[in-house]
Amino acid sequence: MWNGTRLRTWTLPCALLVLLCGADAAADTAVEQAEERAEALGGDPEGAIEEELAVVEERDLASDTVEILNRLATDDLGTIQDAIGEIAVLRDADALPTLLALQDRRLYYTEGGTLIIEDARDRSLREAATGEVREDLKTAELSQPRLTNPIRRLLRPTIGALQIFSDDQVARRAAANELAQRPQPEMREAIVEALEGETNAEIERLLNIALAQLDLDSDDDARRLEAVKTVATVRAGRLRSDLAALTRRDADGEYIEPVAEIRAAAAEGVRAIDNRRRLARIASDFVFGMSMGSVLLLAAMGLAIIFGLMGVINMAHGELLMVGAYTTFMTQALFALWLPQHFNYYLVAAVPLAFLVTGAVGIAMERGVIRFLYDRPLETLLATWGISLILIQSVRWLFGAQNVGVASPTWFSGSVQIMQGVTLSTSRVGVIAFAIFVVALVWILMNRTRLGLEVRAVMQNRDMAAALGVPARRVDMWTFGVGAGVAGLGGVALSQIVNVGPEMGQNYIVDSFMVVVLGGVGNLLGPVFSALGIGVTTKFLEPATGAVLATILVFAAIILFIQWRPQGIFAPKGRSADD
Amino acid sequence: MQPQFALSRVGRLHSKTAWTILAVLSVLALVVVPVLYWVVPPDSPFHMPGWMVTLAGRFLCLALVALALDLIWGYTGILSLGHGVFFAMGGYVMGAHLTRIAYADGGLPNFLQWLDYSDWPWYWAGFDSFLFTLVMIGLVPGVLAFIFGFLAFRSRVRGVYFAIITQALTFGGMHLFFRTETGFGGDTGLTDFDSLLGFELGTPGFRLGLFLASAVVLILAYLLCRWIVTSKLGRVLTAIRDAESRLRFTGYDPLRYKLFVWVVSAVLCGIAGALYVPQTGVINPSEMAPPASIEMAIWVALGGRGTLVGAIMGAGIVNVVKTWATSAYPDLWLFILGGIFIGVTLFLPKGVAGLMRRRKGGEA
Amino acid sequence: MNTLTKSLDDFRELMRRDQVFDIVNRPADTTTVDTTHGIVLYLEGITKSFDGFKALDDLTLYIHDGELRCIIGPNGAGKTTLMDVITGKTRPDTGSAWFGSRIDLLRLKEHEVAQRGIGRKFQKPTVYENHTVFENLELAMHTDRGLLKSIGWRLTGEQLDRVHEVLELIGLTSRRDTQAGLLSHGQKQWLEIGSLLMQNPRLLLVDEPVAGLSGQETEATAELLTGLAGKHSVVVVEHDMDFVRSIAREVTVLHQGSVLAEGTMDKVQNDPKVREVYLGEEE
Repeated sequence: MWNGTRLRTWTLPCALLVLLCGADAAADTAVEQAEERAEALGGDPEGAIEEELAVVEERDLASDTVEILNRLATDDLGTIQDAIGEIAVLRDADALPTLLALQDRRLYYTEGGTLIIEDARDRSLREAATGEVREDLKTAELSQPRLTNPIRRLLRPTIGALQIFSDDQVARRAAANELAQRPQPEMREAIVEALEGETNAEIERLLNIALAQLDLDSDDDARRLEAVKTVATVRAGRLRSDLAALTRRDADGEYIEPVAEIRAAAAEGVRAIDNRRRLARIASDFVFGMSMGSVLLLAAMGLAIIFGLMGVINMAHGELLMVGAYTTFMTQALFALWLPQHFNYYLVAAVPLAFLVTGAVGIAMERGVIRFLYDRPLETLLATWGISLILIQSVRWLFGAQNVGVASPTWFSGSVQIMQGVTLSTSRVGVIAFAIFVVALVWILMNRTRLGLEVRAVMQNRDMAAALGVPARRVDMWTFGVGAGVAGLGGVALSQIVNVGPEMGQNYIVDSFMVVVLGGVGNLLGPVFSALGIGVTTKFLEPATGAVLATILVFAAIILFIQWRPQGIFAPKGRSADD
Repeated sequence: MQPQFALSRVGRLHSKTAWTILAVLSVLALVVVPVLYWVVPPDSPFHMPGWMVTLAGRFLCLALVALALDLIWGYTGILSLGHGVFFAMGGYVMGAHLTRIAYADGGLPNFLQWLDYSDWPWYWAGFDSFLFTLVMIGLVPGVLAFIFGFLAFRSRVRGVYFAIITQALTFGGMHLFFRTETGFGGDTGLTDFDSLLGFELGTPGFRLGLFLASAVVLILAYLLCRWIVTSKLGRVLTAIRDAESRLRFTGYDPLRYKLFVWVVSAVLCGIAGALYVPQTGVINPSEMAPPASIEMAIWVALGGRGTLVGAIMGAGIVNVVKTWATSAYPDLWLFILGGIFIGVTLFLPKGVAGLMRRRKGGEA
Repeated sequence: MNTLTKSLDDFRELMRRDQVFDIVNRPADTTTVDTTHGIVLYLEGITKSFDGFKALDDLTLYIHDGELRCIIGPNGAGKTTLMDVITGKTRPDTGSAWFGSRIDLLRLKEHEVAQRGIGRKFQKPTVYENHTVFENLELAMHTDRGLLKSIGWRLTGEQLDRVHEVLELIGLTSRRDTQAGLLSHGQKQWLEIGSLLMQNPRLLLVDEPVAGLSGQETEATAELLTGLAGKHSVVVVEHDMDFVRSIAREVTVLHQGSVLAEGTMDKVQNDPKVREVYLGEEE
């Protein structure tokens, strides 16, 4: 989960927060759908909570609870069942670890009838009543209470009931979630009672879902109606089919649901759920599109300077990304070697290093080859392609043809729930933030520094700038260097989300050019809009067409767009633009 | 040289010396190679092994690609980085024909069965006919080039922008054919071939037949290109390259001229692909990978843009070096190729042909 | 006075060539230039702005058949934009442009405008550098511009004579087979004018024909241009005031996108407005 302190490692934390808050605000209205996708991305946080609960802490249990629990130390099914029933009535949450241990077959008892729990994590043995560690015991020498399916069935609601009355909010939430997933009729009263005392909105929502699911099958018309209304309002998309079922007719043409009012409410509920789903889908497509767009933008930003401002067709752009990614890999390796205790911060060091290394490679390219070709753009294209081949082969020689492993810092793994149902991995969120950082950096470089001023002067009127004493040739060199350095920053970002290998750059060259061409050359705002636009459009198309076809359609759309606006989204206007 | 000859259409195509050289080369390809391969016994040192005939046939196809690219780039100034897509279209059409022949007795290739087809889908219809295939070899790349070219030229996309969107074209094509659902074998492409026009794959007759077909097509294509560039049409094309707006204000509509030569170039490229595929026995989407198309451009640049002979020489030189280097020094090949790209652009802007011309000029 | 202007405006509106009754319109013959009214080019109320900057501001200008007109004006007065509008390169925001009384220039593309008989010489001499002088002229020759025609096209004897005639006129006979890229600056200027002549246009637009030419060359150019007037209408945009004085009969002064003054050189030179914005700085 997101941790505030880590934000400080980013230069633009506020911007990120604004972005996340914006997404969160959307989350309140739009919701659950996209569950499948979220699951694929996120993992199951509830499992971790269960595990936490199962930990036996050193604490003393109430004496009557201990008395009942001790009765579990037996082989007799009837005794066990009775004991569980009594615990359910007692509602002492402290009995939970013992019951969970019973459920997971981690509960043992000594010959003397002392209950022993095997810790789920470190396999140590502790006494159930006191939590005292018993190193003298071995599981092989202990007996286990009988555990049959009837007992399991009895255990589950009891555990659930204990949990929903627990003082621990995390435990309550886990229990409520379990109930919402698999409601049990025998828990109904407990749920109603828990609802009265519940203050947490999310837990209340989950309990309501559980209750509604139970009441949908109720014989009481009022209860059914109430349940239908609840389902419609509590953001439980899973129950849509249950509601839809109420509006259908059976084989004889009779409505399954006899009461018209309930049928109407159900139809209304289905509509409401559908609307929310649509909204959630749009919101999640948008978020994933922004994520993809940020990757594109980072990949293309360097090119926006080199091609967009200087007009140099740099086909080795992808390889500059690759150099940036390999610099990250090297930084990581050096940190592992010399500063293993600060390993998590290698990424922070990699950012300036990648900028410098890639910038140096860029300057070498400019001095060695490109400066001889400024008036021959198509030749530049071929020469830079040659450079790209040489860079690829050099990296193969130095690092091998296989992909190298770049480990993400631990604070970069995991995921962030942007809204219910939309979970984005932390690295993706980081990439979005990093894209904002890079755009800001380039903007500052171009608009707030001496170099930027000279670059703009040379780009607008080379001869005039030269006449005014701007060293045009040297400005070319530094511009190219900065562009290459920015490409290196893109490489740092890519290293965190894709495989790092000698050919990785080739995948981005066409995309990057598309971004710059679509955005319109000569400005920095264009690429931002075109990259995000391409990303969002692709993600919106993907569910309907599949990823490959979406890419192709977007390419086709760009070509058609150029028909309409040959100069890109932000066309430089004026007479000079005509030629 | 008599003035009548120089003024006749044939004379304007080539000088007498050049015609003689062309005739000698044609005889070499059409007579000497078959004799060395077919008539000379295999144990003789003059015997030409079968693999070499096929290799030479493949080079002729690539030379045809270079010719097509030179027409559009060298003469008209439009650099295409997407000719791989036209080459592959021709190749896929031929591949479709070969696949239909291989399954003529019934059954379907695996990749179609996986798509739950019980019979050939509609887009595979007709490819069992050789005549239909011949038509499609020209039509498929031609129509694709026409649509793309019309859109691009109409909105006056030029120079590097055009190069970039052609690259996107071939990139998109590659992705499309990588999909199994597209129905042309996905990433493995089409490979199950066994015969063409009754010749079994790999037999001497098959090898020689394809070589001769490639040679004849290349000679005819060369003459066609030569005819185009020596006509007024050719001069208009060069004028487009040098001063397009001047031409427009002189009353020519560059769109039609560009579109014409663009489509001709694409069709030639498609024919090359169709001849290439039976000689390699496979067609897959990697032919449409952007690097393959950029490599084509360096053939032309190395040989010399704007000279048809140069383009053919360039294709020959690069591919001979490639064949040798990728087997002898596989690690060095990319360095060599990259070096050619940089060296040619920096030091040989007019290519080998320009170098030869300069040397000849210096001696005279 | 006001009423008079108003009624004149109304009258003009009534007589707009694109809005008269169909029966008055002769069947669409939009290929030949109709100059029965003595005017070859009508430009009325043309406005064109780039990013809010008005390059042309409600410009109205008539060029008479066979006239030699010089257009002068300080930098940014809209001279090049005016040429662009006439030749179809730039579409104006408002206004109308007619070639003769039947051809609506605003509906035509660049090459169609050229085919109807408007030739244009650029400020920077543009010739086909890799073609010979002869080929440059051959390409410009007034013939069918169709694609198919160009494949089998050959010069007739008459056309060959015409090429030689123009070669003679521009003094490049001896350089007939030289690549145009190897010519001197002045020779390129002349080759471009020669190409214009090959087009045999009704109206020539000539942008700074003597920029970078020597005194002698300038004189020869002046002679050539004055010789063309009568057969062709010629519009010359030029900065060189001596040159303008030597050829001009009628001068139009542009300022900030509209016509500031019009008349003979003497009349224009004595116009106080013109002196203020232009000639005052010049002399």
